Amino acid sequence: MLNKLLRTLFFLLIVRPLVLLGLGLNIRNRMGLPSKGPAVIVANHNSHLDTLVILSLFPLALLPRLRPVAAADYFLRNPLLAWFATKIIGIIPVARSQKGGNPLALSFEALSRDEILIIFPEGSRGTPEELTRFKKGVALISKKHPEVPIIPLFLHGLGKALPRGEAVFVPFFCDVFVGSPQTWEGNKEQFMQQLEEQMAGLAEQGNFPLWD
Amino acid sequence: MNFIQNLPVPENLLYAIAGVFALLTVATVIVAIMRRGKEPEDHLELWLRVKSWWYMISIFTFAIVINRTLSIVFLGLISFLALKEYLSMIPTRRADRRVLFWAYIAIPIQYYWVYAGWYGMFIIFIPIWVFLFLPFRMVLQGETQGFLRAIGTLNWGLMMTVFSLSHAAFLLVLPETALSTDYPVFDKSGAALLFLLVLLTQFNDVAQYVWGRLIGGPKIIPKVSPGKTWAGFLGGMFSTALLSLALAPYLSPMSLLMAGLAGAIISFSGFIGDVTISAVKRDLRVKDTGNTIPGHGGLLDRIDSLTYTAPIFFHFLRYFYY
Repeated sequence: MLNKLLRTLFFLLIVRPLVLLGLGLNIRNRMGLPSKGPAVIVANHNSHLDTLVILSLFPLALLPRLRPVAAADYFLRNPLLAWFATKIIGIIPVARSQKGGNPLALSFEALSRDEILIIFPEGSRGTPEELTRFKKGVALISKKHPEVPIIPLFLHGLGKALPRGEAVFVPFFCDVFVGSPQTWEGNKEQFMQQLEEQMAGLAEQGNFPLWD
Repeated sequence: MNFIQNLPVPENLLYAIAGVFALLTVATVIVAIMRRGKEPEDHLELWLRVKSWWYMISIFTFAIVINRTLSIVFLGLISFLALKEYLSMIPTRRADRRVLFWAYIAIPIQYYWVYAGWYGMFIIFIPIWVFLFLPFRMVLQGETQGFLRAIGTLNWGLMMTVFSLSHAAFLLVLPETALSTDYPVFDKSGAALLFLLVLLTQFNDVAQYVWGRLIGGPKIIPKVSPGKTWAGFLGGMFSTALLSLALAPYLSPMSLLMAGLAGAIISFSGFIGDVTISAVKRDLRVKDTGNTIPGHGGLLDRIDSLTYTAPIFFHFLRYFYY
């Protein structure tokens, strides 16, 4: 109960003002965002800010249902960070190195509870503002829950504002491109290819300034 | 009545603000009538524009009427948002992330000089200290590829969005007496001067647009800004000088003649500010600088003229009256 209140306050008083003033959002096709769960948001990953921005795209009333899927080995490495990640950010931890059990079991449960998963299939923030190959976990989720819409989201600018390995935040506008929902059609390779193509298409919509 | 008397603004200014709201109401009614019985898409852009004007004028009024510190913080925030828009729009280098961070830090410092009323520091801080420090900081990063482009674009952005705009804020802290004598040149708040600058600048934008649309005719610089015509330019200058004649004697220490001149100067420099930002947009192949303000585009689209009118109006006033 207290954690729930803290989560709401954290997003209302810290994250949203930071996202709106410190960054500023240009959102294309905002109507494409799901208004209720279950759903899966698939986004490219450049910065820790990615999660905060995506969580700010939805009305505060939906906040309890938003669950970013994140690496257990990184976010559960000490008790304080683990509390912050699971209770305040609300992550679903997933084990990157498989040792028995289904690493996606918690994600399946969340979808059954009508929650909205946020997944970064690149697996890591990597080199800022560069798209890398997607890992296949999202296809497994779609296969298990074929009725759930998978919505691609392309983010630009956050890798400039706070890239991996940097502690200094520098304000930059963030562009958000919402793609069209995709559902399971029975083939893993085809599903992943379609998703990657859609993401590349969203990236091409932007007219981004050079960052060299 | 007590509350109104306690506000840090002269009564004249409150009447002028009421006049602006009255004008806006008339404009809103006209656009609403134009849209009546038509498709919702008809004149949608115009409708969004009018709606955004309500927000902008309300926020601006609040910011200048409540107290002076709030007004300065507000203008500092405008500088920050404008610089962020500019830096997000132009090509930047990975190596310069921390240099850009220092560029942002210049904003609170510059507005602190305004708050302190320290004119000497205010006027040299950016052109001397910041413009010399940033290249040095950039050199420390060690990346020489694209150095000239990077420092040139950064300094110019700071010039437009921070140094120029902070002159609007310095109007608030101009002394109430002339330097050489102890006679009060203007015993009213600087908020009236700031209001006058912003009103004349924005009015000129609208007037140039309206005259240009009504008359059309030969264009001034079609390569940079295809919408700008001589008719709009001259009509805008005439209208703005007229408005200045009517208002400036009540809101500033200016005589009738000087008021008309100030209006013409604001009109001319506003035009330059407008086409300068247009040239940047053309160069970068973008239509608007952003979409922060529905119907207007980005913040820089709205305050482009102000980047020229603020310092020029400020120095005009300061030279002759302070």
